[in-house]
Amino acid sequence: MTKSELILRLSEANPHLYQRDVERIVSTIFDEVSWAMARGDRVELRGFGAFSVKKREARIGRNPRTGTAVSVKEKFVPFFKTGKQLRERLNDND
Amino acid sequence: MADRTVTRAQLSEAVYQEVGLSRNESSDLVESVLDEVVDALVRGEVVKISSFGSFSVRQKGERIGRNPKTGDEVPILPRKVLVFRPSHVLKNRINDALSGETKAS
Repeated sequence: MTKSELILRLSEANPHLYQRDVERIVSTIFDEVSWAMARGDRVELRGFGAFSVKKREARIGRNPRTGTAVSVKEKFVPFFKTGKQLRERLNDND
Repeated sequence: MADRTVTRAQLSEAVYQEVGLSRNESSDLVESVLDEVVDALVRGEVVKISSFGSFSVRQKGERIGRNPKTGDEVPILPRKVLVFRPSHVLKNRINDALSGETKAS
């Protein structure tokens, strides 16, 4: 399912809403989650999961082809932990 | 980092501010969006949200694990796990915002 398919499904389920409003709703939700992580905040959606940001310290890496040492700057990676309810739902249908 | 926690309440508030719907309907829609994503994943679909990332379900095979306390071998049954792959847009957004900041702290 892509974002546009998600918008389509929601529009069908909510015929009283304009599709452009449904688009704005979906974009707003994912934007809020993105910006929260960009502030370093955690986003906790019970039953679904939690988004957080993990810091990777600067390190000396190696070019695997040549073996030369290269410094890798510290970086931040988004992380998602699946919620308990969703994890259970993924596994209880078989 | 992780000074604050954002929950459904803040997402609903953002939807309420952005679109001219009632607070109740805004929070119902946040729930509907999450439900649609969950339903698609349970059907086994990959969910791709452009400029955010993609969620996919991966089947894990059985393996032998160990109870770290007792050292006993325990079978870990085959199971499905959810994997989130953040898009480059999201990774860049986070790094652009946070990398300068921690130099100070």
